[in-house]
Amino acid sequence: MFSYILKRLLWTIPSLFGITILVFSMVHLAPGDPAIAILGDKANKQSVMELRAQLGLNKPLYVQYYIYMKNIAHGDFGRSANSNEKVMSEFKDRFPATAELAIVAMIFAIILGMGAGILSAIKRYSIFDYAGMVTALAGVSMPVFWLGLVLIYFFSVKLGWLPVSGRLGYEFDIEHITGFYLIDSLLTDNIPAFWDALKHLILPAIALGTIPMAIIARMTRSSMIEVMKEEYIKTARAKGCSRFQVIFIHGLRNAMMPIITIIGLMLGSLFAGAVLTETTFSWPGIGKWLVQAVYQRDFPVIQSTTLIIAVIFIIVNFVVDLLYAFINPKIRLS
Amino acid sequence: MIEQILEFIKQYKKNKSAVVGFIIVVMLLLTAIFAPLIAPYLPDNQDLANRLIPPIWDVKGVSGHILGTDDFGRDLFSRVIFGSRISLMVGAISVGISLSFGLLMGIFAAYFGKKTDLIIMRIVDIMLAIPAILLAIVIVSILGPSLFSAMTAIGIVGIPVYARIVRSSVLAEREKEYVVASRINGSSNLRLMFKVILPNCASPIIVQATMGFASAVLEAAGLSFLGLGAQPPTPEWGSMLSNSLEFITTAPWMIFYPGLAIFLTVLSFNLMGDGLMDVLDPKLKDK
Repeated sequence: MFSYILKRLLWTIPSLFGITILVFSMVHLAPGDPAIAILGDKANKQSVMELRAQLGLNKPLYVQYYIYMKNIAHGDFGRSANSNEKVMSEFKDRFPATAELAIVAMIFAIILGMGAGILSAIKRYSIFDYAGMVTALAGVSMPVFWLGLVLIYFFSVKLGWLPVSGRLGYEFDIEHITGFYLIDSLLTDNIPAFWDALKHLILPAIALGTIPMAIIARMTRSSMIEVMKEEYIKTARAKGCSRFQVIFIHGLRNAMMPIITIIGLMLGSLFAGAVLTETTFSWPGIGKWLVQAVYQRDFPVIQSTTLIIAVIFIIVNFVVDLLYAFINPKIRLS
Repeated sequence: MIEQILEFIKQYKKNKSAVVGFIIVVMLLLTAIFAPLIAPYLPDNQDLANRLIPPIWDVKGVSGHILGTDDFGRDLFSRVIFGSRISLMVGAISVGISLSFGLLMGIFAAYFGKKTDLIIMRIVDIMLAIPAILLAIVIVSILGPSLFSAMTAIGIVGIPVYARIVRSSVLAEREKEYVVASRINGSSNLRLMFKVILPNCASPIIVQATMGFASAVLEAAGLSFLGLGAQPPTPEWGSMLSNSLEFITTAPWMIFYPGLAIFLTVLSFNLMGDGLMDVLDPKLKDK
């Protein structure tokens, strides 16, 4: 196992290196002076000259790359060209919003997706199966942002049940401890704020969770159908296990492997969905911030966000791979 | 050859949803080709006297505007119809970029192996390590937001998937007897790669291209919705939805039809891809 971890860890180095090269070259690939690209078009001559000297823009590219990496190693991701705030502190402020949305969406997707998948598999060719699978197929082809708009129209505009956008009503205030509003409101015993935060989360989480839900449902169905054909399921039935035991203990446990894999693989599409969902619902997270940075050509924000998210991805994929190898000995032995 | 085609059609027809997908795709193509004949107005025709008119079935609807009008009085039906041209063009160009580069990278990696394979596949791994939308946003931010940037970005982001598929198919074919026989006959490397091996790897590539078309349309609409792709007044479905957001309370009809058009387009290509996979590459389906 140790040699597998080491080997897998070594594989991440070229990826990390490649990403830093990509992020570093962004300002050089964009047309015009990199210093102006970083400071914005309105920057005065003096500050442009200062930044040119600071970044060593007159020096060879490899020296500039070294300076860039040295700054990052010291936790200096630069300042936003737009707000002049430190990029890292703005990132820290916004990250919990995206993480909270993604986690709630994923919980929704797993519960509903697996439920629908199991029901479809045990009641194969029934109305549940057809309805579940048509919904799953439609879910995969659904534009997240459109689903968001339709949900806003029905549940917020027409029925008035849920808020249209944002993370919390103006009348509430939550003390920031973790940055996760649901947790912070509970920790400070602020129950009205908790309900309000939850209400704000429902529609974006449904919009973001629909595609993962559809994929999980399809995977659960096919995996459960495979497993339910196995001899040990017949044995379990023959020895008098209850229906519940056969489905959940003997069936689902053995069908979990591909489901866990697909959940791990979906993290990428979850982020893509988050960018779109946050824009639709004016959710103050990383995705919306990144899109605004592109409008404003705020390169320090685009560069740092890209780098940090890509690194988070590499780490998460690494952990998922390790978990997978831990569960399935075939992988670590091959 | 004709027998093979007939057999293919027979097999494909067994999957009913794939047939539905194919029919929608054909209708979309016809809509895109004959858009000027189908649409009652030009997509950019503004008529400020008839702003925000609801669809024809609404009490306040007007007979000339089936799906109503937008905030500039432009006919929504005409814009949705003309939008099909843009979406199909985006899909075709993006898939074209992904496919041509992915194909070259995959075939070179598999055919020459060793260092070529290692270098190409490392590049592919790095590209796959970044979430697709993030990479697309990075590319758009370098090129500046436009439909051209979005197509290029989506095309580049798709390259690694094709490279991997082509590589694994070519690896499976490379040592087969017909390739060895052709090599002994004196075929050059280029001939072996593109004339001998590649035609035998077509099935998984066709399936991926069809599915890839669906995701390219979806991604392009997403980028345009974010304001990073097609810019107003281009009648692009994603960009139309982005514009509709501020009218969700006053003109809710603006949000339905462009989204429905994206959904149907993506669904039909996905259904078709599923059907093609059944016929051309049943092994892939089992995975």
